[in-house]
Amino acid sequence: MVGIVTYGAYIPRFRIAIPEIARVWGANADDITKGLGVREKSVPDVDEDTATIAVEAARAALVRRPINPADIGAIYVGSESHPYAVKPTACTVGEAIGATPCMTAADYEFACKAGTAALQTCMGLVQSGMIRYGIAIGADVAQGAPGDALEYTAAAGGAAFLLGNDDPIAVIHKTCSFTTDTPDFWRREGQSYPRHGGRFTGEPGYFKHVQGAALMLLAQMGTTPKEYDYAVFHQPNAKFPLRVAQVLGFSADQLRTGLVVPRLGNTYSGSSMIGLAATLDVAKPGDRIFVTSFGSGAGSDAFDIEVTDAIASDGFSRAAAPSVEHLLADPIYVDYAQYARHKGKIVMQQ
Amino acid sequence: MVSRFWRKIPQRYNLVGTRCETCGRHFYPPRTFCPDCRRGGKIVDHWFTGEGKVTTYTVIRTASNQFEHATPYVLAIVELDEGPRLTAQIVCRPEEARIGMRVRRVFRRIAADGESGVIHYGTKFVPA
Ligand SMILES: [Zn+2]
Repeated sequence: MVGIVTYGAYIPRFRIAIPEIARVWGANADDITKGLGVREKSVPDVDEDTATIAVEAARAALVRRPINPADIGAIYVGSESHPYAVKPTACTVGEAIGATPCMTAADYEFACKAGTAALQTCMGLVQSGMIRYGIAIGADVAQGAPGDALEYTAAAGGAAFLLGNDDPIAVIHKTCSFTTDTPDFWRREGQSYPRHGGRFTGEPGYFKHVQGAALMLLAQMGTTPKEYDYAVFHQPNAKFPLRVAQVLGFSADQLRTGLVVPRLGNTYSGSSMIGLAATLDVAKPGDRIFVTSFGSGAGSDAFDIEVTDAIASDGFSRAAAPSVEHLLADPIYVDYAQYARHKGKIVMQQ
Repeated sequence: MVSRFWRKIPQRYNLVGTRCETCGRHFYPPRTFCPDCRRGGKIVDHWFTGEGKVTTYTVIRTASNQFEHATPYVLAIVELDEGPRLTAQIVCRPEEARIGMRVRRVFRRIAADGESGVIHYGTKFVPA
């Protein structure tokens, strides 16, 4: 049965505290930190981008389980910050893990859910027998215009999932999606920063779609929230996933393990996927995981996942690559000036 | 410039070298001939693990335009655990660098040809 054969995550080592950003813009740090439920966010190094993060996440997955790279038939990278407008990040990943040239590849873009769309594609290719293994990656060095509300949470990180039929550590029982044309958040071609509909976009955007996909999956599976050990929702801040969980009937306990946003920020395409990785870092055989992503524009993908005995077997070494907890520990804090330099926000003389 | 770069992509991304099966000596950059075994050498591809230690280093404080944004940075000679040495950037603060420091490879941006040109990726090292 199709499932996750191995996985890996990557988070850059730098952080900026939310009060430091608030200081620069003369905003009330307490209001912002409490309003978002986010204390700090990750910042990429000057030489890191979506491609380097995607490569590190994919390599971490392969360190945990010896897979012949030649057996990887597809790589899809979901991001809204691909380094090139034209030239796929997925090709760079394929080359860097030795999977080229006998593979198909493409980049995906669907705001924060491009990575889970890649997961669904790989599931289909594996189940149809077209490929043996496929890698789905969600990675971003998220963009927020200086001073915009998004700047407080736009973070960097990613996760990679290798899908296949052979002895998965977690089977994916079902996936379904809920999609509409909703202009809650967008970035026009050639623009550096995205724009959004403001603070009232939560209901017609995030909540409508996450609930739509989650309820559809529960109905199709014939399950109730109580049957799951863990739940992961897209986390643009800590408030939205906690509220949608409550509305759906999931508890804060089910959410806790995968709720990485307070110390990480919103890694966009990486968000729900890093939450899933953090959950797999501690999950035991038999655990059920409920995952629902969200991407503006807008849509949600929901997944019903069950961890297998393989996660504790000799063929899989969870400890061989750093856990999300490990990646979040021991950060280097930067001030706003260093942050601006890292993010290339300073205009240099040519 | 672009074509010169892409011919070397496998080596830059992955530290792909060679190994002499006869005597066990490793080569990076790859060699097709073992100077020890000569005709008796059997050369095969070798993917280095990317773990090693700093043999010596220098701190670069002034660099050409392409690398100016990264200064100051640490440039080191890294001895891979399999033996070969190579010059590479160590991603750390200059005061963190030490001779003998254990390092592991990471995938990073090396340089970009301006705002519209090709982005060059490759191997750097971080403290292990
Ligand atoms: Zn030899």
